[in-house]
Amino acid sequence: MKRHFRVWRGDSSGGDLEDFDVEVNEGEVVLDVIHRLQATQTPDLACRWNCKAGKCGSCSMEINGMPRLGCMTRMSTFTADETVTITPLRTFPVIRDLVTDVSFNYEKARETPAFAPPAGVAPGEYRMQQVDVERSQEFRKCIECFLCQNTCHVVRDHEENKEAFAGPRFFIRAAELDMHPLDARTDRKQHAQQGQGLGFCNITKCCTEVCPEHIKITDNAIIPMKERVVDRRYDPLVRLGRKIFRRDQLEAAGESVPRATPATAETPSGRRLPESPALGPDGRLDIAELSAPIQGGPSPFGEDITFPLPPERVTYHHPDPS
Amino acid sequence: MTTATRPGVRARAAITARTLRTDRWWLAPLITFLGLTAWVTYATVRVFMHKWFYVEAYHYLTPFYSPCLTDRCGDAAEFGTPLPNFWLIPEASLTLPFLLLFRLTCYYYRKAYYRAFWLSPPACAVPDRHEKYSGETRFPLVFQNAHRYAFYAAAIISVINTWDAIRAQATGLGLGNVILWVNVIMLWAYTLSCHSCRHIAGGRLKHFSKHPVRYRFWTFVSKLNTRHMLLAWVTLGTLALTDFYIMALSADWISDLRLIG
Repeated sequence: MKRHFRVWRGDSSGGDLEDFDVEVNEGEVVLDVIHRLQATQTPDLACRWNCKAGKCGSCSMEINGMPRLGCMTRMSTFTADETVTITPLRTFPVIRDLVTDVSFNYEKARETPAFAPPAGVAPGEYRMQQVDVERSQEFRKCIECFLCQNTCHVVRDHEENKEAFAGPRFFIRAAELDMHPLDARTDRKQHAQQGQGLGFCNITKCCTEVCPEHIKITDNAIIPMKERVVDRRYDPLVRLGRKIFRRDQLEAAGESVPRATPATAETPSGRRLPESPALGPDGRLDIAELSAPIQGGPSPFGEDITFPLPPERVTYHHPDPS
Repeated sequence: MTTATRPGVRARAAITARTLRTDRWWLAPLITFLGLTAWVTYATVRVFMHKWFYVEAYHYLTPFYSPCLTDRCGDAAEFGTPLPNFWLIPEASLTLPFLLLFRLTCYYYRKAYYRAFWLSPPACAVPDRHEKYSGETRFPLVFQNAHRYAFYAAAIISVINTWDAIRAQATGLGLGNVILWVNVIMLWAYTLSCHSCRHIAGGRLKHFSKHPVRYRFWTFVSKLNTRHMLLAWVTLGTLALTDFYIMALSADWISDLRLIG
């Protein structure tokens, strides 16, 4: 059956919605229709896509005005005579047709300080209780489709806020690291407030509404982060308590995570320089695969055993090589 | 290095329609607008009525006048009458401002009125029509961060409301008692499901395994917290219903359905 579609075509110099009638079969999703359009009518229609299973986060687009994944929007959710309008993400600069330049998000990612391991714990020795990592793990489901970034009115309707505001995707990153039981940095709350512009969020929850992974962005990340910032900055009682019990001095001692000198180049958003992860006392980066004698995960046989075992230690006869 | 960007050109897609949403996105903010406006109007009228707030025979006191602190209170004054009789001063002047603050700074109500009243944004992917936007970074909205203090106050006020329900119990059991208890239980559920409460109960920790008791608290509050929006509306309903029932009894429009006594 043929269904009616309007697809935005154009580039940064301008464009318009074009009308198409495309065959739609049972069980298909919007991305299938775009592929059929490419195959039959508009071979030059630009569209990002990859896994077709809602796990790569490439085919973000706006379908009837709502930010959604093309591969996860079933055609059966529309009535047979309904016109389906497909446009690129509005918040980011368009490259061509449905493809936008999402580098804003990568700049903001670079500006978020990386995980800092605690002092005295070598890579491979991290041990955490499941109950401690559960909260952080929810945010690891993020597929970086940037639908939340696109729908957030702070940047969607106010381009000028892009410099100061990092967006929901990076608030869950900040929350993930601040709730991480082994993260040694104690300045994440300040960073969320001053570097990421957490205060711009007015918790209207559109990020949660559009998240294809159903991460409770607002309730489990943004609001807890806001409350943590209040602890740190706005709550006079908590500040007083920290002074009286001298927790500030304990934390100040922990804050001396060695930093690499930031790169000299300004980021395009101009807000904050990218930071490298914490360095070891020798001024070098701790990377498990390079510093461990054996690459990869620890051996189930113990680290002191090397393979192949010498013939006198095996319990069977080696076949004669000849 | 390859790049997908053409340097220098950074324009958004030129889409003329403000929103392309075809569903009834305006319905939810409209209902919120009407619901909150109706409730605030009713509550304001009732608070400045200065009558029909107490049923002497059964000790029913409406939550809008609790604790009752002026000379008009008569037998309802449980905590003295320090406030003067002036029509602009509500009987519960010491608690109502805090309750208002608790709901105004509540993370759910913030969403509701930012969307329905301030239209910032009215719905997802529908543009807000404001020239500038600074969120909650500046005065006066930066004071939304004081929510936890309003929560402390609201918890104390919930204790007072509980006392009102216990006091009314002394005269037997009627439909009024049931309504008062339902209201108090819902108020506790709403107050404890608060996001600030969730943070205080255990959300601020990062080692749950070191604090198993607080982790239990946090888990309990988290379960309530997922229903914060529902409880916010349910309590508006129970508050108005409780108040209306007591007004109707006090004005002799109806008589209380007594089960015992």
